[in-house]
Amino acid sequence: MLSKLTKGEREGGLIILLAMTVIGLVIAIAGRGDPISAHGFLIMLFSMAVAVPVMRHLFDPEPSRDRLDSYYDDPSKVGVVLTFAWGAFAMFVGDWVAWLLVEPNLTFSGAWSSFGRLRPVHTTGVIFGFGGNGLIATSFYVMQRTCRARLPDQLSPWFVLIGYNLFCLLAVSGYMLGITQSKEYAEPEWYADLWLVVVWIVYFVLYLRTLSRRQEPHIYVANWYYMAFIVVVAMLHIVNNLAVPVSLFGAKSHSLFAGVQDALTEWWYGHNAVAFFLTSGFLGMMYYYLPVRAGRPIFSYRMSIISFWGITFMYMWVGSHHLHYTALPQWVQTLGMTFSLVLLVPSWGSAANALLTLNGAWHKVRDDATLRFMMVAAVFYGLTTFEGSFMAIRSVNSLSHYTDWTVGHVHAGALGWVAMITFGALYASIPWLWKRERMYSPALVELHFWLALAGTAVYVFAMWNSGIIQGLMWRTYTENGNLAYTFIDSLVAMKPYYIARAIGGLLFLLGALAGCLNLFLTIRLAPGEAEAERAGSGPAYGRPSAAALQAGE
Amino acid sequence: MFKLHYKLERRAIGLTLAIIAAASIGGIVEIAPLFTIDQTVEAAPDMRVYTPLELAGRNIYMREGCYACHSQMIRTLRDEVDRYGPYSLAVESKYDHPMLWGSKRTGPDIARLGGKYSDEWHVRHLINPRDVVPVSIMPAYGWLMDNALRTDDLSGQLAAQRAVGVPYTDEMIANAGADVYGQANPDSAAAAGVTSRYGEATTVRLFDGDPQRVTEMDALVAYLQILGKLTDAASQDTAAVETQ
Repeated sequence: MLSKLTKGEREGGLIILLAMTVIGLVIAIAGRGDPISAHGFLIMLFSMAVAVPVMRHLFDPEPSRDRLDSYYDDPSKVGVVLTFAWGAFAMFVGDWVAWLLVEPNLTFSGAWSSFGRLRPVHTTGVIFGFGGNGLIATSFYVMQRTCRARLPDQLSPWFVLIGYNLFCLLAVSGYMLGITQSKEYAEPEWYADLWLVVVWIVYFVLYLRTLSRRQEPHIYVANWYYMAFIVVVAMLHIVNNLAVPVSLFGAKSHSLFAGVQDALTEWWYGHNAVAFFLTSGFLGMMYYYLPVRAGRPIFSYRMSIISFWGITFMYMWVGSHHLHYTALPQWVQTLGMTFSLVLLVPSWGSAANALLTLNGAWHKVRDDATLRFMMVAAVFYGLTTFEGSFMAIRSVNSLSHYTDWTVGHVHAGALGWVAMITFGALYASIPWLWKRERMYSPALVELHFWLALAGTAVYVFAMWNSGIIQGLMWRTYTENGNLAYTFIDSLVAMKPYYIARAIGGLLFLLGALAGCLNLFLTIRLAPGEAEAERAGSGPAYGRPSAAALQAGE
Repeated sequence: MFKLHYKLERRAIGLTLAIIAAASIGGIVEIAPLFTIDQTVEAAPDMRVYTPLELAGRNIYMREGCYACHSQMIRTLRDEVDRYGPYSLAVESKYDHPMLWGSKRTGPDIARLGGKYSDEWHVRHLINPRDVVPVSIMPAYGWLMDNALRTDDLSGQLAAQRAVGVPYTDEMIANAGADVYGQANPDSAAAAGVTSRYGEATTVRLFDGDPQRVTEMDALVAYLQILGKLTDAASQDTAAVETQ
């Protein structure tokens, strides 16, 4: 894999890794006495671990020029493996914390394993580890195919993928060490945030460079979404994480914003992490893999345009629906609610566009679990966006906010939409990437599908029940005008649903583990494919039909 | 419109700029005015800043992820005011960098927790919640009692807070280490400095019951006991909701 890099790329990579090793060492020494020291060591060891194989291949001969005739997929392959690994890890932690809410003693006595520290490990691991790696791996794959152009160089995709995973490791290990800035879904501290900015700029430039090399006049819709994902996540990340560090070699920082301004900035970020990380990026995935796998062109080009710009423009207004009835001025709450309702139009536009694309291919949905993953994802996308708009209504939100209903809603999106479309896209990509006829075991894919669907259903129904019961118990009055239930009453009532939720999560985790096994077996054992894929002339099922590729109608 | 788009989607830079433009508007229109409109945050002349001990406790609250299960934002709803007390005002979190309003109540809201329970209750509850609330599902935080509080960086913490807008004086920053000790040791000489700098109403107590050293438990309990007590603005404002 590494001998495919040119000598210059190998040397460049090694210089970066050695520089990182030195930086890690400096942080480890200068920051002793502070938790950041542990991260210095982590950066150093991580860089050294990656540098070892690079050094082993440093003096390999220059690769032959015919490498340029095929797409560069090695980073995508590693990204796919990392996606599964992060998914299994983060879903395991998720189910662990779910059981902790049933039985709080199911953990170790060390601080690292308490609920409050593990919960962000789960959320970051799933969103950034599993989701982010899935997006990076598929975006490299998709942009080359839809541009009919090879990646402009072989070093920057590795920098993006490996650098991004270093960020994820810093984030997740930081929480367990007690390093967090506590902003939900933006918990990593300032230095990890700065590192992500560097990685992200390289990612953005890589995308633009690939687009500029494209041999298609039009930029395909999947790339609009990936582009929006990259650009807007950068905006959100930078603004929300503005902070003043206590010292250059200390982990702690203090957020630039306070109180109500910080609250809105946080939820402007938080809800748009949902929009541009968990929606836009995965819609990019869907717009490529679903039509290709179904062998049908996208149903409507115009619907794609309307949905894309509707989502890009309107999502940025809706974060304030997380702050109904709070100390946030009401005009902002009202704006947020209004845009949340209108947002249903472009959201359902995307979902409908996906499902209508399947017209003429429903027999494939029946027979092919991979395509069925994507179909179910589109359905859950439609359901979740409807639920989201509904919950953004002030009076509904007065009941749902602070309850498990929100947790259920998030998981309908995260399990039903994000994870399902990712698994669908990955099961489609794996044989294409490793040049296999198919996944090693279609039966395991089928099993994974049903475990994932059952797990999601159990989870979401449990949380709907607990959330609504909770919300109702909190607001119920007796005839005398007193509150009918104590908080503890509502907590006791949650127990059966918390058990059900943890079982649902376990089913979903088992499905993901079946996926890991299948990935391993496919790489190691599945029969290969005779012809190598060439740039612009891949295998028939790996290549989008002309209609799906062309952006014009 | 579709013709225009047909042209736009042929230009990578143009498309990128269009995305940035479309995505910028919402944030600018909603967030920027919060910094300029005066009514956004109420006036509260009696509002005080966190003492170094309380700030250290707040950092522990964040470190342990307490915000994942406890909100600090009582909404303007009758049942919330009846259950938790006067609804939260924006000014109450004016010095909260970042805010800890929270988004989920796996446990109850604690915006007005200060003074509701004794220090001893908090210490027992944090060491093992099930000792005082048998059906609680809150994690046990035994290590807070074992860990000595880190104080060497507290002046730096206060200075960073001042850099983002909290009015700490030079004197407060210089004496952060002494004030931490003083607030947790009422009989010590340093105790007087705390009340002179942060006000007579500041709670100076042996929070964790252990006079030998200042622990993380001291800091966290000091923070929990100040929740909702930095200003009286909210209780003066409740008359409005009770007549509704």
